[in-house]
Amino acid sequence: MESVLGRYRNLVILVGVLFLQMLGLAVQVKRSNDTEHTRLIRVWAVDVITPFERVLIWAQNGTGNLWHSYLYLRGVRAENRQLKDQIEQLRLEQVRLNEDAVQAHRLQALLAFKEQYISRTVAAQVIGSSGSDSSRMLYIDKGEDQGLKRDMAVITADGIVGKVLQVFPSVSQVLLINDQSSGVGTILEKSRLQGFLKGTATGEVVLEGVMSDEQVATGERVLTSGGDQIFPKGLPVGTVTNVGTGKDLFLNIQIKPAVNLGKLEEVLVVVERQERQAQTADVGRVRAADILAQRLPSVPDKPASVTNSPTTVPAGTAPKAASPKPAPAGGEAVAKQPVKSPSGSVVAGSKAASPAATQPKPSTAEPDPVKADPPKVDPANVGPANVGPAKVNPAKVDPATTESQDSPH
Amino acid sequence: MPITYTSGEQVEVYRFSLPVTVGVPLLALFLQAFLPRRFPGFAVYLDLPLLVTIYFAMARRNPISGLFTGAVIGLLQDMLGHNPIGIYGIAKTMVGYLASSLGVKLDVENAGARFLLTLGFYFIHSAVWFTVARGMVSLTQNWSWSRGLLAGLANAFLGVILYFFLDKFKQRA
Repeated sequence: MESVLGRYRNLVILVGVLFLQMLGLAVQVKRSNDTEHTRLIRVWAVDVITPFERVLIWAQNGTGNLWHSYLYLRGVRAENRQLKDQIEQLRLEQVRLNEDAVQAHRLQALLAFKEQYISRTVAAQVIGSSGSDSSRMLYIDKGEDQGLKRDMAVITADGIVGKVLQVFPSVSQVLLINDQSSGVGTILEKSRLQGFLKGTATGEVVLEGVMSDEQVATGERVLTSGGDQIFPKGLPVGTVTNVGTGKDLFLNIQIKPAVNLGKLEEVLVVVERQERQAQTADVGRVRAADILAQRLPSVPDKPASVTNSPTTVPAGTAPKAASPKPAPAGGEAVAKQPVKSPSGSVVAGSKAASPAATQPKPSTAEPDPVKADPPKVDPANVGPANVGPAKVNPAKVDPATTESQDSPH
Repeated sequence: MPITYTSGEQVEVYRFSLPVTVGVPLLALFLQAFLPRRFPGFAVYLDLPLLVTIYFAMARRNPISGLFTGAVIGLLQDMLGHNPIGIYGIAKTMVGYLASSLGVKLDVENAGARFLLTLGFYFIHSAVWFTVARGMVSLTQNWSWSRGLLAGLANAFLGVILYFFLDKFKQRA
């Protein structure tokens, strides 16, 4: 017996090591897919790898900032001019959207709707991945120390990214929506059909649970339904790219995510949500003609008492986000500033900077009532993954609750 | 043909310093986790921890050392993901054992042999990984021959270059 063991020593050890690993695997599978019980072991690996990632990201950002902010300024003037033009167009569009928003609020208040607000978010930087295409997840540089918990929604200005899977002291794992173990409650924007979003083995995203006798059009937008209790209602998820016949009387709907999940650099983690009764805001009307008139040099100055000047932000509304580009990452932006999301829910803690900071200076010398007493938001402290200019409806700004703070990186 | 059969006496056995033994697998794991952030396709086609496992196993030519190297690297790779720990561990344990066993019998010093062996071990690794992932963990995985072949060739090509650099660190035992 001893000689047999000695002769096949290598093979015996191989079988032993394989057996132990299989045993460990079986125990984990038996205890469901919950990764809590392997947390301690995973912490070791994360603690070994992530410090290097942080240092590399820090060095990379430092070099990038130096180059782009101070050295490589080619085309900045042209871009600035283009952005100014864009702001003008957006302000006109804002007027139209304000009207819709006010009307929607009035109806919501009449029906005693409850609005869902994201009242606090934490900006985080993506520092790494799992390194495997079978486990589609990211590591972000914020964790328990910054108030993150499991199952918190992770979003960007473009749409949803995933949810927090595991939280370590200063790092968290984020499960992406294209992982096959993820699931998101969704609703189609026009047809209002509900389904759930799932990832596939190949990293694609499909919408399941829609019956095959329903009509779903290619190109239709998909939003979160809020049914999963993780993502607030109304956040962009993606667009329908292909509709086919699935199995068991359900449609096979392929979705293109609104966010480029392969190129994420900064994200927002929703750490606090609120619900409140919809209220009708006493909004002064602003006409598009007023804005155009403001731009004409021949138009005489209006009296200072006029509060409906084009640069005035109606109460309860705010201009669109200031900068389409994210601010340098690493800072934690916490803003109690609700921003209306496309479907009526409200997203806050984002790039909705103060009106004074975002609005261009009018060409006339008229004193601006808003600028005289602007809400205090430090643009430097606004989180990186903000709600982009063309992505959301005009934001609600309540100067009394607007808050922005920096936390140590 | 680059692969030649050699007797046990002709085969050189190498060892590595502690910093290299620890640092190179950790660097491979770090790059495997970090580079997909910039190059999303990296994790789909390349497996740096596998290449490091194959290299150390073939250079040391000790099956026990090879299987433990594979087990440790594989388990660490598992820990970075969210799937149950052990899938990569089992696959890389097998590869480590086979690579070191083959290293005793074959001359694996030239580029052609290394290319073919890495290609072969990539498929063995994938086969074991898929078997365990589907059979034990019920992960839905689809095998694509075209993607698998492309990934195998990419790994083999990168492996030859990587082994050339890692050769600088090996010392005769």
